[in-house]
Formats: sequence, structure tokens, C-alpha cells
Amino acid sequence: MIFYLTLIFACQLAGELLKAALNLPVPGPVIGMVILFAGLVAKGGIPDGLAKVGDAFLGNLSLLFVPAGVGVMLHIALIGKQALAITLALVGSTLATIAVTALVMSFLGRGDAGQTEKTDG
Amino acid sequence: MGEGLRDIWVYLAASPLLALTLTLAAYQMGFWIYRKGRLNPLLNPVLIAVVVLVAILTVTDTAYATYFEGAQFVHFLLGPATVALALPLYRQIERVRKSALAITVSLLAGSLTAIVSAVGIAWAFGATDEILVSLAPKSVTAPVAMGISEQLGGLPSLTAVLVILTGILGAALGPLLLNLLRVKDMAARGLAIGTASHGIGTARALQVSEVAGAFSGLAMGLNALATAILLPLLWNWLF
Repeated sequence: MIFYLTLIFACQLAGELLKAALNLPVPGPVIGMVILFAGLVAKGGIPDGLAKVGDAFLGNLSLLFVPAGVGVMLHIALIGKQALAITLALVGSTLATIAVTALVMSFLGRGDAGQTEKTDG
Repeated sequence: MGEGLRDIWVYLAASPLLALTLTLAAYQMGFWIYRKGRLNPLLNPVLIAVVVLVAILTVTDTAYATYFEGAQFVHFLLGPATVALALPLYRQIERVRKSALAITVSLLAGSLTAIVSAVGIAWAFGATDEILVSLAPKSVTAPVAMGISEQLGGLPSLTAVLVILTGILGAALGPLLLNLLRVKDMAARGLAIGTASHGIGTARALQVSEVAGAFSGLAMGLNALATAILLPLLWNWLF
């Protein structure tokens, strides 16, 4: 358990170092994800212990966004002044992005994606 | 409050324990409501927790910086959790490999839509330049979005907030929109949610389907890369 936790942290650390060394535009943890993914491909499977630790993180992923979300209180005044423009931009753009991505993917990915599951994801 | 109670409050407020406990309790409450509502996306647990915590901090006149001193320990875990997204991605490796071209094209289409529509709508409704720049990378995971915003002259901390709001909106409204559009393929649903609303959308996707979660996590990573490269180019070309 501690071994796999260390492994995950080490991937993130390696990602941060690579980002700094090569001046990459992607954050360290995302590079760490690529490193771990490459490791899994090389190994050809996910060890049980790693699955346990990783799924514990991912099972509670939403919790981890709460502290940053509370930061909204710092900008309530600024957002309030341009509330209409910001609200319309956020809602309109988020919905447009989801629609465009999903429709292009459904159109291009027809046939090669295959099975569907319950429809409320 | 009596003298004794006040002493206890001062003591607790100085340690990370109080902010941590409040964060966990508020989230627990949000998640309980979300589960009671049968995972209705509108009852997003992050949204509920944020509303509860902002109310508590406002009422007790506590500064965000004070709260964050404790809550940063939860915040820190976002890094290792992002690394762990390699697991669902690996479990879907066959499907990802088979649709690599479709993924690339849809992602670029979504990434451009996110930037152009956000800036376009805000500009049409009279937002200032500062807001426009801060808004442009709003669909990208927070650390990358903040970096881009800073590079282009925006307010990184405002960008962080707009990123979180976008994530909550995508997680709450995305599934409803996708049902309306009759998109049933979990790969397409996940890719769309992850492109538009990064990790918060991915968290929601993972709760519903492993396939959607994997594609959402993939989209989050790829959109961070695409926006980090495209947005500065687009911006210099336009302004």
C-alpha cells in the first residue's frame, strides 16, 4: 500500500521535474499520469495494490476540488459586477463545448466504440 | 460566545484540523444529498460543499487564506489523484487505441469551441479585457489554466474560480444535455465532459461509468495540452 502510494507520488515528482527541466506547458501531475500510464503499458497490467490506492483517490476525486472552489469568495465582487456576461459565457460555452465534442466523437467514432451503458453519465 | 468558548475557537482556528474537518463534513453532507437524489447531476456535491463552506466562512468572518491553510492538505491530493487517472485510462487502452483519430479530431473541435465561445459570448455582453483573458482557458484543469491566464495578462486567481465554476456547470448540466442530444456512447459522453469541464466533470463521469471516466480523464489531459499550445497562438493572432 505505502509502496504504491510512493510510486504515485514519485510519478508526480518526476512529472514536476520534467516540466521544469524541459519547460513544458502541461502541469506536473498530468505528465505524471503519462509516466504511470507508460509504466502500466510496459508492465502489461495493473498490480492489485496500485488499483486499491488509485481507486481510493479517484473514488473521492470531487472532494479534492472543494478547497479551490471555496476561493470563489475572493472574487464575488468582481464577478458580481459583470455577472451577466460571465454567467452567459460560462453556461453557453460549457454547453457548446460538450455538444460539439460529443457530436463529433459520436459521428467519427461510430462503429469502433461499440457498447453503451446506462445513459446518465 | 463566552471567554472560554472564544479561547477554544482561537485555538482551533490556528490549526489545520478545523478547516479540514469542516471541508470533509461539508462534502459529506453534499454527497449525502447527491446520493439521496439518486446521483442527480444538478445536486453536485462540490457545489453543495462550496456553498456551505462559503456561508460558514462569511458568517464567522474567516478569511479564505486562513481556511486554505488547513484545507490545502485536501487540495494537495489533487496532484496524486491526477496521476491515478492513468488507471482507468489503461483499463480502456483498447478502445482508446481504436478511436485515436476520432478522439484527436473531437478534442480539437471541443477545445476551440470552448475558447472561442467563452470569449465571444463574454465580449458580446461587454466583459472587460481582464475578464476575457481570465475566461479564455476556463475549460482546462486549474494549474494549466492559471498558467495560461498569467501568461496572457489575466488574473490567475480569478481564472481558478472560473475553472471550478465551469467544472461544476459541466458536471451538473452536461449529462442532461447529452441525454437531450441522445448521445449514448460512453466514450463520446466522457470525452465531451472531460474536454469541457476537466477534473470535476471527470469525477462525475467516474461515478457513473468506468468507460466515461477513462475518456473524460484522457480528454482533460489532452485539452490541457491543446489549450496551452493553441490559446496563446490564437490570442496573439487576434489581439
